[in-house]
Amino acid sequence: MSSKTRLFQLWLKKPAWRALLLWALPAAFLAYFFYQPLLALISMVLTGRFAVVSPTWGIDLSALNLNRIWQPLTFTVGQAALSTLLTLIIGLPGAWLFARFTFPGKRALKILTTLPFILPTVVVAAGFNALLGPRGWVNLGLMALFNLPAPPIQFLNTFGAILVAHVFYNTTIIIRVVSNAWSVQNIRLRHAAQVLGASPWRTFREVTLPLLKPAIIAGTFLVFLFNFTSFGVVLMLGGPQFATLEVEIYVQALHLLNLPMASVLSILQLLCTLLITLGHNRVAGLGDMAISPAAQKIGVRKPRKGLERLVVILLITALFVLLVAPLGALALRSFVKLEPTRGERGEIQQGLTLQFYRELGVNRRGDLFFVPPITAARNSFIFALMTIVITLSLGLLVAYALLTRAKINHFLDPLLMLPLGASAITLGLGFIIVFNQPPFSTVRFPILIPIAHSLVALPFIVRTLSPALMNIPSSLRNAARVLGASPLRVWREVDLPLLAPAILVSTIFALTISLGEFGASTFLVRPEYPTMPVAIFRYISQPGALNYGQALAMSTILMIVCALGIFTIERLQLPGKDMF
Amino acid sequence: MKLKFLPLILMIFTVLIASCAPKPGPEEARTLIVMTHDSFAISEEIIAQFEAEHSVRVQFVRSGDTGTALNQAILTKDNPLADVFYGLDNTFLTRALEEQLFIPYDTPMLDQIPDEFKLDPGNFALPVDYGDVCINYDRVYFETHELPIPTSLEALTEPQYAGLLVTQNPATSSPGLAFLMATIAQFGEEGYLDYWGALKQNGLVVVSNWETAYYTNFSGSTGQGPQPLVVSYGSSPAAEVIFAETELDQSPTGSIIGPNTCFRQIEFVGILKNAANLELAGAFIDFMLSVPFQEDIPLQMFVFPVNQEANLPDAFLEHVQIPDQPASLPPELIDANRETWINAWLEVVLN
Repeated sequence: MSSKTRLFQLWLKKPAWRALLLWALPAAFLAYFFYQPLLALISMVLTGRFAVVSPTWGIDLSALNLNRIWQPLTFTVGQAALSTLLTLIIGLPGAWLFARFTFPGKRALKILTTLPFILPTVVVAAGFNALLGPRGWVNLGLMALFNLPAPPIQFLNTFGAILVAHVFYNTTIIIRVVSNAWSVQNIRLRHAAQVLGASPWRTFREVTLPLLKPAIIAGTFLVFLFNFTSFGVVLMLGGPQFATLEVEIYVQALHLLNLPMASVLSILQLLCTLLITLGHNRVAGLGDMAISPAAQKIGVRKPRKGLERLVVILLITALFVLLVAPLGALALRSFVKLEPTRGERGEIQQGLTLQFYRELGVNRRGDLFFVPPITAARNSFIFALMTIVITLSLGLLVAYALLTRAKINHFLDPLLMLPLGASAITLGLGFIIVFNQPPFSTVRFPILIPIAHSLVALPFIVRTLSPALMNIPSSLRNAARVLGASPLRVWREVDLPLLAPAILVSTIFALTISLGEFGASTFLVRPEYPTMPVAIFRYISQPGALNYGQALAMSTILMIVCALGIFTIERLQLPGKDMF
Repeated sequence: MKLKFLPLILMIFTVLIASCAPKPGPEEARTLIVMTHDSFAISEEIIAQFEAEHSVRVQFVRSGDTGTALNQAILTKDNPLADVFYGLDNTFLTRALEEQLFIPYDTPMLDQIPDEFKLDPGNFALPVDYGDVCINYDRVYFETHELPIPTSLEALTEPQYAGLLVTQNPATSSPGLAFLMATIAQFGEEGYLDYWGALKQNGLVVVSNWETAYYTNFSGSTGQGPQPLVVSYGSSPAAEVIFAETELDQSPTGSIIGPNTCFRQIEFVGILKNAANLELAGAFIDFMLSVPFQEDIPLQMFVFPVNQEANLPDAFLEHVQIPDQPASLPPELIDANRETWINAWLEVVLN
C-alpha cells in the first residue's frame, strides 16, 4: 500500500473528515436545488428588485395583516398537533398488528393502507363525498334506516374533516416506520425479560417501548411536519373557515399576487420547521442503543386466544373502514353511471359501466394536450424511479454520515429536513427564477420534477435508514473485520442484510411520494410529460359527468399502478432477505 | 472505513441520468414558446397548420392557473421563459401592464375585434376570448319544487331561495372573485357588503374552490350535492351536454343571465419583452386572432372568440345563454382594490 493511500485512510479515520466527505454530495444537492432557488426568490422579492409600487403590494403590518399571520400560525400548529395525535392512536396499534401477527390478506391490507398517501386531495375530497357527503352512502343509509328528513352527518367543511383526512393520509407513515422497527426487534430480549418474571405489560414498557422509541419519534416528526404544511386537505375538506400558513401563502402569492407577504409567511413556516426539527433531534438524541436486530418473521404469528383474536379483528376492521373504505368508494364510483332517465327526471338510474375507462383512451376533441392514460402512468413511473435512485443514494450517504456522530451533523441534519417544511409554491416559483436557462431549464428539463420530489422524499428516507443503521452493533462489523473480511464484504454481508428492510421501506416512501406529489409538479410539469395527478386535475377542473368519471377512473388507475409498484418492491430479493 | 460501493454506483448512475439533459438541437432556433395557464387547450390540427405555414415548432408551457402563470412571467421578465404569454384576464391586466411584461403589437386583426374587448389602448395586451362567470341552476330541482328560477342578484336574498346557493371564497378561487366583482358592479362599493350580509342571512354556502362547489355541493352536476344554485361559468351548461354520459338534448343545468348576474372575463395575449422570436410571436398572435383558431376556441376552452367573423359551434348556440348586460369593472379599479374587497368580504361572510 502506498503511503499516500495510507495517509488518506488515516485521515478518513477521523469522524469529522469522514462525515464531511459523506455529506459532500447530499449537501451540494440541497444547496443547489433547494437553498439556491429559495434564497433567490426571497431575496428577489424582499429587495423589491422587480417590484412595481402598487397600493396592495408589500408587507403592510397593520393589525389586520398581523392577524392574517397569527391566526393561520396558531391554527396550523393546533391542527397539526391534534391530527398527529389521532394518527398515532390509529397508527401505533396498526404497526403492532403488522409487526406481530400473520393473518389472511395481511400483505394486501398493508398495501391498501399505503394508497391514501398518493391520492391528490381533489380526488380524496370526492371519495369522502361519495362516502360521507350529504348524498353519500352513509348519510343515505342512515336516512333510510331511521327515516330522517335530512342527512344526519355534516362532514365536509368541518374541522373534523381535516382531522379525518390527515389520519387517512398519514397513518401509513406510522405503520411503515414503526412496524419495520418492531419486526426487526430481537425477540430474545422480550423472552429474557419474561423469564426473569416481568409481566407482559412491564416487558412492553421496559423492553419493547424503549427500543421502539427512535422509530416512533421519527414517525411522529414526519407526520407532524406533513400536517404542518397541509394545503389541499385544509382548503378542500376544511373549507374557507380554515387556513394554514401554506393556504395563506397560496392566497397571498397566487391570488393577491403579493409575493413579499407570501415570502414572509414562507420564512415563518421554514423557521417553524427548523424549530420542530431541532426539538425533534433533542428528544430523539442520537439512537445509542445498538442491539443486534433479530431475524424478521421470528415472533410473527397468528393471533391466539379469544381476546387477542378479537383485538386483531377489531384493528383490521378499523383500518379497513378508515383507510380502505374511502378508496373503495372512489374506485366503485368510477364504474358507476348515474344518469337520470328521460321522463322520470330526478329518479336516478344506476348502472355499471366501463365508459370512463374507455373514454380515457379517446381524444374526442383532437386536443393537442391529450394524454393517453398509459403515457401518464409511464411518465409518473419514470419520475418515481429517478426519485428512488436519487434519494436512496443520497439517503445512504447521509445515514452513514450521521453514524459518525460528527459535530457537523447537528448543523447539517436540520438543513436536510427543511424541504419538508418548505411551501411548494415558494419552491416552485424559486425553481422558475433560478432554472430558467440551460442546462437546467424548467421549460425543457423534465428531470427537475424527480429532483423536486427527491427534496421532499429525502427526509423520509434518512429518517428510515438512519435508525436502522444505528441499530447495527459495531461489534458485528468488528468481528467480520477481525475474521479477515474486506471492507466491501463487511458492508455487503453485515450492513446490507440488516439494512434491507429499511431500504425497502425507503424505496416505498420514495415511490409513493413521487407518484402522489402535485404541488411542485404543477410548476414544473410540461404538457409533454404530464404525471397522473396532473392528468386527474385536468379532468376534474371541467364540468360534465364524463370529466368527473374520467378523473375517478384515472385515480383508480393511479392506485393500481402504485399498488403494483409497492407489490414489486416488497418482492425484491435484497441480499438480506434469504438470510431470514 | 466502511466502503460504500453500492451508493457510489447509484450516485454515478444519478449523475449519468442528470447529464442526459436534452441537448439543444439545430431546430432549436425555430421553436416558438407560448406560456399559458392550465386551462389552455387547442386542437392538434390547428397548431399543425401554423407550424407547417411558418416551419416552426410551437411549444406550450402551461404553468398552473392564471395567477400562477402570471407570477412566473413577472418573476422571469428579465429572462423570459417564453415568447408569448396568453391567458392574462381583465382582473390581472393592470398588474401585468404595470410590470411592463409586454411590448406593444399592432396586429392587423384588430379591425375584426369589437372595441368593448380592447381594454389596453396601447396594444400591449390583445384580447383573444371572453367568457362569463354566471350562476348555474339545476333544472330538475326548480321543476320538481315548482320554484321560479331567480333572475336577479336581489332575488337570491328572498326566503324561497334560502340555503340554495353555493359560491367560492374569492380569496382562493377566481370564479369566486369574479362573482364578488359582479356584486360590486351591481351594488357599488358602498352597497355590496350589505348584499353579502343578506346572502349570508339567507343561508349562503361558501366553499374554497370551484371543484368542490360544482362536484360536491351543486345538485345539477354528477356529484348531486345539496345546493341547486352554484357560481360557475356561463358555458358550463354546454359542457354538461358535450361531456354527458349519454346523449342529452337539453342540458341538466342553465345559467342565470339577468343584468349584472354574470361577470365578464376577457383573456389577453401579449409578446413578452426580451422574447427571442419577435417576428414569429407576432405571427402567432395574428394566427390566434384569425378565424380558424378563434372557431376552435369554444369547444376546447369553453369561452367565446372575440373575432366577430368566427362562427360559434351548434352546441354553443343551443346550450349557452349569453347575458345582454354582463357585469364589468375597470381593470385599474380591480387592481387597486382587490385585496381590500377580499378582506372586507372575509370579515363579513366568514367571521
